[in-house]
Amino acid sequence: MSSQTTTLPTAPPADSLSLGELAARHGLTVSGARPPLGTYITQLWSRRHFITAFATARLTAQYSQAKLGQVWQLMTPLLNATVYFFIFGILMDTAKHVPDFVPFLVTGVFIWTFTANSITAGTRAVSGNIGLVRALHFPRAALPIGLALQQLQQLMFSMGALAVILMCFGEFPKPSWLLAVPALALQAVFSTGIAMAVARLAARTPDIAQLTPFLLRTWMYVSGVMWSIPVVLKRMELPEAVVLALRCNPVAVYIDLVRFALIDSYTRAQLPPHVWALALGWAVLFGVGGFVYFWKAEEQYGRG
Amino acid sequence: MAETTIDRPARPADPTRAGDTAAGRTPTVVVDDVHITYKVNGAKTGRGAATAALSRILSRRPRKDGGREVHAVRGVSFAAYKGEAIGLIGSNGSGKSTLLKAIAGLLPTARGRIYTHGQPSLLGVNAALMGDLTGERNVVLGGLAMGMTRDEVHARYDEIVDFSGINEKGDFISLPMRTYSSGMGARLRFSIAAAKSHDVLLIDEALATGDAGFQRRSQERIAELREEAGTVFLVSHSNSAITTTCDRALWLESGTLRMDGPAKEVVAAYEAFTRKK
Repeated sequence: MSSQTTTLPTAPPADSLSLGELAARHGLTVSGARPPLGTYITQLWSRRHFITAFATARLTAQYSQAKLGQVWQLMTPLLNATVYFFIFGILMDTAKHVPDFVPFLVTGVFIWTFTANSITAGTRAVSGNIGLVRALHFPRAALPIGLALQQLQQLMFSMGALAVILMCFGEFPKPSWLLAVPALALQAVFSTGIAMAVARLAARTPDIAQLTPFLLRTWMYVSGVMWSIPVVLKRMELPEAVVLALRCNPVAVYIDLVRFALIDSYTRAQLPPHVWALALGWAVLFGVGGFVYFWKAEEQYGRG
Repeated sequence: MAETTIDRPARPADPTRAGDTAAGRTPTVVVDDVHITYKVNGAKTGRGAATAALSRILSRRPRKDGGREVHAVRGVSFAAYKGEAIGLIGSNGSGKSTLLKAIAGLLPTARGRIYTHGQPSLLGVNAALMGDLTGERNVVLGGLAMGMTRDEVHARYDEIVDFSGINEKGDFISLPMRTYSSGMGARLRFSIAAAKSHDVLLIDEALATGDAGFQRRSQERIAELREEAGTVFLVSHSNSAITTTCDRALWLESGTLRMDGPAKEVVAAYEAFTRKK
């Protein structure tokens, strides 16, 4: 390398300034450098309309090829709940241990689906939008956030369906239903954070996308989506630490909170201790952590 | 890297460039002794490829052996100024597109630095924005992604669609973008990106894809963008596109800058070189 520079005494920049000095004098910045965190957040905020438009566009495009179109927004969660009801309610007879089994199950499935789908979408946030990433400059965090927002919009459809199911089973709207709002908001922050973390992992190692379905399925079975953690564990005599870990699992916490808000027979006694603090803690930890982790590799997305 | 030393002193363009700097014009892109290398995974295939891949994922150590390095750009330096349209020419694999991607900040440089004024935008022809979405949605999303406000996007929407000419043969803008031909997709992308004035616009062969009418419109639009005090880079294999659109040209050959000067002279030298070959 040194030989090259020495053979070029007359090469540009010949006149007084070196290229680096020229760039510095006119305030040019290094291309492709990662902006500082504060600037990044400002940039992201200025693209908020892009994020919402992206989420809505994806949501409507999702079923654009189906004959029934947007009806699937409601059909998909309902069919999911039906399958789980058939297996766990009828075949495995979990229902007899849990009062109000159908509202219990459907709430669990819908809340779980939100987090699971956000994570799955996160694994393809960069690779699935590579055209956008290579063509236009915007903070890349807009992609996993937009995809998580899409899932949140999807969840709103599911919650509408859930309200109808609840009323069919004799649960009518009451003030405690409002508790579902902060619970879902915290869950949304938590899910978005994980989506951002897996988006970075999968952008570097695409194989993560192949692995996630298995991890997610395991996570679902330990999160008490279709069975009650306290009821089942009472019969199994597991060490106290394992029980506590299972009950403090973030998804279990969010599911419990929404069940507590919506279902009469689901009482405070079934919630783990300090449940709101846990819900907030998981949201802050994963929300902030996932965001910073994603930002740390901002300059690398879409390269190569 | 030895080739660099052979090529460089032969470059005849230095006087022009020195004149540019002396005239006190504002630089928008400064490329300072840039080297770009690609690391190619899986160039060595055969026995043990899967286990090698697995150990590569598990150990985060950079590999010394497995991958191969391709040295695509070797020590290129130049400065581009406000209002210039610069054509990049050279045979296939000479590093033109690689250099463009690096200026756009999409490829890291192995050595040297690229300084830019604002954020350069790269227009390639291949990738569509989002295939499942309609052209309409892509116009709005593309505009918002570039940092336009909702109002700006709506104000410019008709202009963008008319410019792209997508609706000339029926209502194509309301169809998903995956149903577009590659030419139509490229036209819409160019129209979206050209709707905003960029400090630096990088175009990779976009002009070659459209039909004659679109090519004429895009040349006019590039001229407008230059007047709005931006710099335009154009990679093209069409020498006539370079001479009609650009005033300056860079000739790259195997990753080194062969010549830098007025477009007509550089293209003439390049043509003479290709004929000799």
